[in-house]
Amino acid sequence: MTTPVLEARAVTMRFGGLTAVRSVDFTVNSGEIVGLIGPNGAGKTTFFNCLTGLYVPTEGTVSYQGTVLPPKPHLVTKAGIARTFQNIRLFANMTVLENVLVGRHTRTKEGLWSALLRGPGFKKAEKESEARAMELLSFVGLAHKRDHLARNLPYGEQRKLEIARALASEPGLLLLDEPTAGMNPQETRATEELVFAIRDKGIAVLVIEHDIRFIFNLCDRVAVLVQGEKLVEGTPDIVQADERVIAAYLGTPFEGEPGEEEAAEVAAAEAAADAPADSTTGSTKGETQ
Amino acid sequence: MTNTTGTTTAPEHGPVPLPPAVAHTLVTAGAIGTIASAFMSWTWTPDFPGDLTIYGYPAGLQILAIVAGALTLLYSLTLWNVRGLHRLNPAGATTPVLLTALSAFAVCWYTAIAIAVDLGGLVNLDPGAYVAVIASALPVIGALALPHPDPGTGIRGYLTKPDQPRPGKLPALAERAVITVGTALALVVFTYGIGINDDESETFIGYLLVAVFTAWALVHAGLLDRYAAISARHKGFSATLAFVAVAVFPFTQSEDHNANLGVSILVFATVALGLNIVVGLTGLLDLGYVAFLGVGAYAAALVSGSEFSRFSGVQFPFWAAALTGMAASLVFGVLIGAPTLRLRGDYLAIVTLGFGEIFRIAVNNLDGVSGPNLTNGPNGISRIPDLEVFGFDLGEAHDLGSFTLGRFANYLFLMLIFTAIVVLVFTRAADSRIGRSWIAIREDETAATAMGINGFRVKLIAFALGAALAGLAGTVMAHVNYSVNPQPYQFAGAAPPNSAFLLAAVVLGGMGTVSGPLLGASLLYLIPEKLQFLKNYELFAFGIALVLLMRFRPEGIIANRRHQLEFHENGPDEPEQGTLPDEPAVTKAGA
Repeated sequence: MTTPVLEARAVTMRFGGLTAVRSVDFTVNSGEIVGLIGPNGAGKTTFFNCLTGLYVPTEGTVSYQGTVLPPKPHLVTKAGIARTFQNIRLFANMTVLENVLVGRHTRTKEGLWSALLRGPGFKKAEKESEARAMELLSFVGLAHKRDHLARNLPYGEQRKLEIARALASEPGLLLLDEPTAGMNPQETRATEELVFAIRDKGIAVLVIEHDIRFIFNLCDRVAVLVQGEKLVEGTPDIVQADERVIAAYLGTPFEGEPGEEEAAEVAAAEAAADAPADSTTGSTKGETQ
Repeated sequence: MTNTTGTTTAPEHGPVPLPPAVAHTLVTAGAIGTIASAFMSWTWTPDFPGDLTIYGYPAGLQILAIVAGALTLLYSLTLWNVRGLHRLNPAGATTPVLLTALSAFAVCWYTAIAIAVDLGGLVNLDPGAYVAVIASALPVIGALALPHPDPGTGIRGYLTKPDQPRPGKLPALAERAVITVGTALALVVFTYGIGINDDESETFIGYLLVAVFTAWALVHAGLLDRYAAISARHKGFSATLAFVAVAVFPFTQSEDHNANLGVSILVFATVALGLNIVVGLTGLLDLGYVAFLGVGAYAAALVSGSEFSRFSGVQFPFWAAALTGMAASLVFGVLIGAPTLRLRGDYLAIVTLGFGEIFRIAVNNLDGVSGPNLTNGPNGISRIPDLEVFGFDLGEAHDLGSFTLGRFANYLFLMLIFTAIVVLVFTRAADSRIGRSWIAIREDETAATAMGINGFRVKLIAFALGAALAGLAGTVMAHVNYSVNPQPYQFAGAAPPNSAFLLAAVVLGGMGTVSGPLLGASLLYLIPEKLQFLKNYELFAFGIALVLLMRFRPEGIIANRRHQLEFHENGPDEPEQGTLPDEPAVTKAGA
């Protein structure tokens, strides 16, 4: 059951002098939901893009089910990794159904000739694709909107459609880049259910998310990326309790340096503003990241 | 907004304060007057184009006045609640009445002014012209007295299209009858336009006035939308009829000159449709597309057996020549596409523009002096022999019953077959896996590659396919024109085909549609041909027309369903809801 689906070994990504991702080892096992969290600018999306072939890692390899992935997005998708985007990237002027059919691209192979000649094979393949796409649309609950343009869907449904489109490529691993960004609590709940349902189909899921509660509810394992390096990895409980994680998100207690007085003032003001502090430990003010 | 039905209770009226009964009478009487005036003499001398001097025999602009008057009359009758006519104006809107009235008004006043200007003074107007001028003004006044469609919104109220009542479904046979009538009407309108003599620009302008106002009125009455919906339900039938109509066209022409125009339009339209694959579907801005037409034409000319060809001994049968032209264009498409298609957007446009010019300049110089002798330089390859297809010499006139089909009519039939092939290729490719991946690339290339589409490969296929189709059209063009030379294959020029005109035909007609580029190409070919006096201002007028079109109808004359929704937020054709079955239906959701 715990065979690794995705293995990233020592992945490093440099942009000129900036090292966005530094020597990250990372594994996703089959049937697992893994979360990837980290403060803004920690390199999560860069790491994601390394996994999906949008970026070629400066060093290190990414392998899927034992074979090293070529650094080309379409080949990565073909191998079995599908993704969604942080800012929705649907094909806005195609219908809902067509969007999902595009997702089927790697699993069908009718070329130009069969499209022009329209043999029985072509019709059969189109019919099958459509049936499969409709299945997926019902799965995410958009079957009734098949002929709407993607751009006319409300935000939450666009997110769902993006997931359906990704699933259409019949992936073994689904990468979700902030799937609940901009959603209200109900929609977040629904997304949670959806991700569980996807997992139950036997598809491993890797989620980037800022909504910590969502991540901790959802994931079997969470990895924390800070400043391009993997800080901790483990079950939600372990990660939640790790002091370094808290430090990374909230900063470390400030210890007397120049500007101490101002910092203390700000801390006092903020403490007054939100007196009933939440469950995190009482770390005070730190320098901004 | 929906409250625009004719059955008004309050004494509303438009800008002109007249009671409804008077307004209705004015419209009807004016329309009848306009028709009657056309049977009178409008001027004393036949010097004015079209000979408007004879009582009882309307000609030229007078016929257009009759047509406009008759349409106004029809729409005025809808005001009187004549049974059956409400179908012409289902929403009971005021604007169609006003627009038809304006079309009659425009053509009559334009004629009167043109006579006065051309012949030098109002004294040249005969009583008929005065009658026409007065009679055609009455319906406009009457229409302006009709209830304002949306009081308080001024002129904008007239221009916004009212919501249409959802039409009841006609039986399939009736719908096919509608398509047949529509196609026949379109053929008549087109034939009339192409039949106007080249030196009668006045008549052609009148024709354009009537056509534009009438089309506008029909759009406002919702008839064109309905027609589009009906023909979309019978795609195969309407496409077949359209081809039949084009095939009938040569039989309606007594002289071969118009068939020549027809075949040139067909070539131009076919190439535009090929370009539509590249620009409209895949979203690659190709500014050098005409080069592929040139490659096809030159390839066909080289193997045509012309004595000026480098290979003058070689004469391929036509099918082989056509394949050669196609293959040559395909090879060039791949050669040019492979390095350039890695670029996106503006960069691709600039590089293709460069390659287009390189083709023309290279062909100009491959004359044995500045380069190896291949194309005979600026003189080109002339005296291309006529084609023989199945032992049938296309260069000779053939009699078919009582009709004589000249050389150009023969080529028109040949070209029509090629156009049909290209239409078939376009529609089939667009509605398939490959077509969807083209559109996906147009929409968002990054997302498309993330969905497993090999962007480069798919773009190269589109580019090569477009090139091959242009090359196919080029082979026919070489034979129709007797010769090929480098001159027409430039980026921008005063006459089609050139890359700018081709692109304009696609954009003007409607990107991503089949009928759009065909219509756009016909207009762009016909208008410069008929309005010779515009010669020096043609590109200027053309630019203005494009700017206006992009401002008011950015999706082109014929809107792709997608673009319609893209540019007009609350488009009219939101898909119907509620009746969608959950299992895959048989309807295709294609372009």
